[in-house]
Amino acid sequence: MSQPSQQDEIMAEEAGLRQEAAGIEPVSEARGLSQGQIVRKRFLGHSGAIVGLVVFAVIFVMAFTSVGYAGIPGWWKYTHEAVSPLVNDGAPTASLWPLAWGEHPFGQDRIGRDLFAMTMRGAQQSITIMVVIGLIAGLVGVVVGALSGYFRGWMEAVLMRLTDVIIIVPALLLAAVMAQLAGRRDEGSWFASFASSNGVLALGIFLGLISWVGLARLMRGEFLTLREREFVDAARISGASNARIIFKHILPNAVGVLIVNVTLTMSAAILTETALSYLGVGVKSPDTSLGLLISQNQEAFATRPWLFWFPGLFIVLICLSINFIGDGLRDAFDPRQKKFNAKKAKDADAAIPEKTPVAALDSRADDGRTAGGDRGA
Amino acid sequence: MVTYIVRRLVTAALILLGASFLVYLLTAASGDPLAEFRASSAPNKQQLMDSRSALLDLDTPAPVRYFKWLGGAAQCLVPFTGSCNLGKNIAGQPITDALGHALIQTLTLVTGAAVLAILVGITLGIITALRQYSTLDYGVTFMAFLFFSLPIFWVAVLLKEFGAIGFNNFLRNPEIPLPVSLGVGAVLGAVAVIVAGGDARRKALTGAIVFAAVAAVLIYFSVTQWFKTPGLGPVVIAIAGVGIAFAVTLLTAGLRNRKALQSALIAVGVGLVLYFVVQPLLNQATFLMVVLLAVAAVLIGMVIGYFMGGYDRGQSMRAAAITSFLVGFLIVLDRFMQAWPAYFNNSRVRGRPIATIGAGTPNIEGDFWILGLDSFTHLILPTTALILISLAGYTRFTRASMLEIMNMDYIRTARAKGLTERTVVMRHAFRNALIPVATIVAFDIGGLIGGAVITETVFSVRGMGFLFLDGILHVDPNPVMGVFICVAITAMAFNLIADLAYSALDPRVRVKA
Repeated sequence: MSQPSQQDEIMAEEAGLRQEAAGIEPVSEARGLSQGQIVRKRFLGHSGAIVGLVVFAVIFVMAFTSVGYAGIPGWWKYTHEAVSPLVNDGAPTASLWPLAWGEHPFGQDRIGRDLFAMTMRGAQQSITIMVVIGLIAGLVGVVVGALSGYFRGWMEAVLMRLTDVIIIVPALLLAAVMAQLAGRRDEGSWFASFASSNGVLALGIFLGLISWVGLARLMRGEFLTLREREFVDAARISGASNARIIFKHILPNAVGVLIVNVTLTMSAAILTETALSYLGVGVKSPDTSLGLLISQNQEAFATRPWLFWFPGLFIVLICLSINFIGDGLRDAFDPRQKKFNAKKAKDADAAIPEKTPVAALDSRADDGRTAGGDRGA
Repeated sequence: MVTYIVRRLVTAALILLGASFLVYLLTAASGDPLAEFRASSAPNKQQLMDSRSALLDLDTPAPVRYFKWLGGAAQCLVPFTGSCNLGKNIAGQPITDALGHALIQTLTLVTGAAVLAILVGITLGIITALRQYSTLDYGVTFMAFLFFSLPIFWVAVLLKEFGAIGFNNFLRNPEIPLPVSLGVGAVLGAVAVIVAGGDARRKALTGAIVFAAVAAVLIYFSVTQWFKTPGLGPVVIAIAGVGIAFAVTLLTAGLRNRKALQSALIAVGVGLVLYFVVQPLLNQATFLMVVLLAVAAVLIGMVIGYFMGGYDRGQSMRAAAITSFLVGFLIVLDRFMQAWPAYFNNSRVRGRPIATIGAGTPNIEGDFWILGLDSFTHLILPTTALILISLAGYTRFTRASMLEIMNMDYIRTARAKGLTERTVVMRHAFRNALIPVATIVAFDIGGLIGGAVITETVFSVRGMGFLFLDGILHVDPNPVMGVFICVAITAMAFNLIADLAYSALDPRVRVKA
């Protein structure tokens, strides 16, 4: 009789939960929601991530519909290669007041190519490369990380040493080799013909094949901890195969880390692509990319600054929006997330939280507001 | 521990062998070193091709050439024989010479940038963590993401345009129009409002003071043509020194420790007296002398602190030592400024001091101060670009680490003991937050030697990155290999150091033998 019942224990636990540490807000949004719902709710409450998502969607739609993609014509009248007579000496015709689009909104270059078309084409290339790198790096990274983390032993040793080797081989060198191979159209190997006709895709695949290493290390770490957990033992005892354990039991638990880091890899990939194109080993003329545009036009900064501003602006916008999306995803997926506030911690003696807030306190903007209102001491 | 290190070293050596083989083959396969001759119409075309084939040993297949190269490189491992042979580049220069030169260029470029980025990044990270979800935090977070997303070549071109060409034009006639002075003052005042803590009244007051001070100083600069003949003078050094003394004491000992504050103020006084004493000495300065003077400044500060004592002698010594070092820095800065007119009117500089390319004005002559100013004006733009892009990582990382520490139980214990917030932050949280940051810093230092390929290309600094890119573009394996070996060895060494440092700093982490 004197033994505490389970009910008592739960109640004691809840009481303990309520008296959170000073300055740490309890995360009690999880009541009755699935993991996916929680993550979605947190992500949608992250204003930076939503703004990033919207900006990225606008750029994406604009880039792919304006100048067309893969033979499908777009709504914009010029293509990135078409030369037209100079309007207003090539200066941008777009203006904010009065709001006008004009003949060449971003201006023209020296020989009269439309910069809007070129920038959109470059943004297409950057986004394509980013997605390809994300997919390939994610796939290879997951496989390598999962195999080495799950099976350990010689498989881990071999795969991790391979990772070490690839980490220290400079990307610039690989890109140069790749560019060189793609340049040899006349030799007629299948790779050369593929690379010369799909330059961007080949570059993306190649960069993807070397940028999985960071992901593989992270995934290995996740698998190392998760494989020791009880639910994995339970699955194994009930006769699940290795493949089933890896894909059905462990991977869903590691997917947060994976998605966040794939996003960050993708934002880094955009900068890598533009940098390589800038150095002349990435996308080659007559095709164009944002990095190549900057490299071609940096000498003309004094006379035609718009040739330099717009491509750079688009690099920054794409990269910034992806970074914000990644930040939002990280906040959404981190289950241990707690809000700490130094000021509140100091004042906490006076105002111990009386009730557990029911509403989600997780969005940053919300939190900033409730922090002052709810328990300002 | 020893087993662990030995095992790591053996693995590293094997990885290095594998990776270097791969790099050699890739470089050799990346193109045709004879391409430029094939297209040429020179009469001695065949002869040129033969000589280059002989120089690069093109008749031997690449894998065999790698082992020849490895044989030469292995001699570098034997100490004190001086028979290090990394081959020659396409122009016939030994790689060891080229590497030595490039290494100096790269280190002068990246060291300052790395140190400043680390200091500023950690400071910002700590401040934003302590003011989580404030306007300041959002602002810094946004800036961090923005800098993170900037392509460095784009930043570099902008810096060249506005930082060099624009600023040089400004220096020709350094007059600041009144609206600009007021505008800059207003912007900085707004920043001060965001940065300042406390209630609205205090914030507004801080903002107003900063606005007034900045605007007044800019108007003063404009009226007196300060930029033509810059200088601090003993008065400014005294005012700034007192400010430094208060700030340093606040951080290291707390203003309630009167003895520490007095020690710091005495250090400022001594520094002012020494300002007049060392001027003739500084006229014949060398690099070594400045270093010795810096050491002497720290020692003087420690002596002052020791004799002032107080209930915590260490705190007084620390406060006085840091203060006197900073005052010494101001004195040296003042001396550099005194040398500015001479540098500005130097026949090689001709009134356009901020350079856009290179690591120094060719054939410039002058004393320590002139040469120092010369490298400063050449380094400032690439350094700024590098700081901007690497700042973000440190800020975010330190912020995350600091936030995690502030959630720890021992921080709550420290607060419960009744320690002041300063002690909690500086003693308990700050030091522990630095542990993970230290490992990141070690990683980054390992990567520094590789140089910044793009920054070096844009600013025409002939460092390691330039050597590497040049080797790739000319299909010349030897410089590529030379740079690769240096970079890989330092990176691996610092990885090992990072792991060992982590286990030394954090007793919870143990290396597995």
